[in-house]
Amino acid sequence: MSHHLLLGAEAIGAAALDAGISGVYAYPGTPSTEITEFIQRTPEAKHNSVRSSWSANEKTALEAALGMSFAGKRSLCCMKHVGLNVAADAFINAAITGVRGGLVIAVADDPSMHSSQNEQDSRIYGKFAMVPVIEPATQQELYDTTITAFQLSEELRLPVLLRLTTRLSHSRAGITLQEPRQQNPLDPEPDPNRFVLIPSNARRQYQHLLELQPELHRRSETSPLNHLIDGPGTTGVIAFGIAHNYVMETRTTYGLSLPVLKIGQYPLPEEMIRAFITRFDTVLIAEEGYPVAEEYLRGIDGNPKLRGRLDGTLPRSGELNTDLIAQALGLDHRDTTPVPGIVTDRPPELCKGCGHRDMFDALNAAMKGQPDHQVFSDIGCYTLGALEPFSAIHTCVDMGAAITMAKGAADAGMQPAVAVIGDSTFTHSGMTGLLDCVNDQNAVTIIIADNDTTAMTGGQDSSATGRLQQICRGLGVQEQHIRTLVPLKKNHDDNIRALREEFDHNGVSIVIFHRECIETAARKAKQQHKGTHKK
Amino acid sequence: MHNNIILAGVGGQGILSIAAVIDLAAIHSGLTIKQAEVHGMSQRGGAVQSHLRIADRTIHSDLIPSGQADLILSVEPMEALRYLPWLRPGGMIVTSTDPVKNIPDYPDEQELRKALEATRNHLLIDALQLSRKAGSTRTSNMVMLGAAAAWTGLAPDTLEHGIRELFQRKGEDIVNMNIAAFRSGQAVQEQL
Repeated sequence: MSHHLLLGAEAIGAAALDAGISGVYAYPGTPSTEITEFIQRTPEAKHNSVRSSWSANEKTALEAALGMSFAGKRSLCCMKHVGLNVAADAFINAAITGVRGGLVIAVADDPSMHSSQNEQDSRIYGKFAMVPVIEPATQQELYDTTITAFQLSEELRLPVLLRLTTRLSHSRAGITLQEPRQQNPLDPEPDPNRFVLIPSNARRQYQHLLELQPELHRRSETSPLNHLIDGPGTTGVIAFGIAHNYVMETRTTYGLSLPVLKIGQYPLPEEMIRAFITRFDTVLIAEEGYPVAEEYLRGIDGNPKLRGRLDGTLPRSGELNTDLIAQALGLDHRDTTPVPGIVTDRPPELCKGCGHRDMFDALNAAMKGQPDHQVFSDIGCYTLGALEPFSAIHTCVDMGAAITMAKGAADAGMQPAVAVIGDSTFTHSGMTGLLDCVNDQNAVTIIIADNDTTAMTGGQDSSATGRLQQICRGLGVQEQHIRTLVPLKKNHDDNIRALREEFDHNGVSIVIFHRECIETAARKAKQQHKGTHKK
Repeated sequence: MHNNIILAGVGGQGILSIAAVIDLAAIHSGLTIKQAEVHGMSQRGGAVQSHLRIADRTIHSDLIPSGQADLILSVEPMEALRYLPWLRPGGMIVTSTDPVKNIPDYPDEQELRKALEATRNHLLIDALQLSRKAGSTRTSNMVMLGAAAAWTGLAPDTLEHGIRELFQRKGEDIVNMNIAAFRSGQAVQEQL
């Protein structure tokens, strides 16, 4: 046993290694990225050949993790909440096939949308797929239950969803680690028929999943993650996941002996919850995320005892905190000093010297005088091009949507139909959309903002560095309409001209603005310097 | 013992290094800590903060409740004011006076100084000048940690131990420069 200071995300990585995984599969996404990065930089992982490089997207990641499980070994798959939308097909069906080696899917939700386009609650996906969901409250619980989640997965032969949220993922705490377990030997599924989801097998497998549900409930009723912290009084609180921390903080701060039912494993332990609610006049339901359990517990006739996000006792959206819990319990609000009026917002911005700045300057100039001015864009650092001083892009919906939305707009007659997408986002979900454009011979200009990295999440490897032209050619874009430009001030006029030429082309154009991310370049230079220093 | 610290600044100013030193010092002192950080998009030149909680007992919330911070330690003057709702009555503000003006509507510096001086307990530090003296403006975060050391609840020698541990990979010169910066900040506070 050893003690380490780790981020919640890192605690999952450490636990997965100690649980004996043979591979981690992931695409970077805040607040989940550090799980995989921890594994990538752990020497023991390299020594034990734990597979850990980045996948092209969350769907390819989850399918590969399922394949490793089919082969008998344990695998971890990580993503941010919206990544589970991309991987949803694999996720729902992996619950039907079931697994062999333990498969844990760690999904990091982002309530309050610190770095995301929505605050969807992954627990709903867990219910949808009918698999166990684990939702720890502390970093130590994250570590301990990630290990037991692999056991649970192998015992039930089901994937297990591990749900965490931003604060748990990005907060450090001291973690006590266990002795590592050996990896599973190679031992492929002896009855591959259960993985062939033709209707006759799928019906049998689905029936099996349904029959497993009482066992899942039984596990929840006895899980150490679900337990009572008892006390007297007429009001109780049911605290889910990290909400438990805020409730316990309130309890300590105000010196209360408030009874709290802590929930950290789903499906809901209904017996435990029923017995708890019966005891009180009022029960506050504290959930981080959507009011998933609250809606279920209220039912159609609405239990009048219940308080929570649905009746306004807690806000309907956004993350919880101790102040909100105290207020919901009717405790005195403590006076605080307001922020002085002279304090202004300081939004994030593109780095000084970033190539995207020069790209947007050229794009804005090239768009002047064009019949339509809207530019479709995507998710990455370059999304900051939507803000002042650029105001250069006009959409950001989901990974890859720049290309396909530009396609639809071109179909509708928009001229020019321009998309801006990053290199990593292009390989994540843009390539198939480009094929649609080629097949329809759309008049679209697709700008790939290529900085050789997945920059926004901290500079992870990008899937197709150095091969973008080749990929575009392979998908059928004409050679003479694949242009590579360097976004620098000195090339400004040439870049405007090149963009205008491609706007005028009545077909698919690819314009790659290629310059390495300055952060990545600086980091590489530093490492090189260190290398020479050592010699 | 329990102490709540808000670290404030602008993305790229090195507040996570301050956090790391305090973390190491707290662990060295056998204390429990929780330290919430900001990752992702907001790091790009935006306002960033870290909630640091140190105690000799269980810490429940990763975030400091409003009105319960003992110290706001800021490496940028306007950012110090952004977190006033978290400061407890009688809490301390220690901030650098060196502004980061990466926004078009940055407030007037005289007005900003007035607003800082209107707070009950504050210590304004010319971190830029002190860090230059220490050998590099990149050590200004350690100057600030030195100036605020008395309110961290941790002994100065354990903080210095933390600095050594954090920077040892970068060589003895870097360690000494950061220790010098830390001590120069500490000296300003002690002269008051």
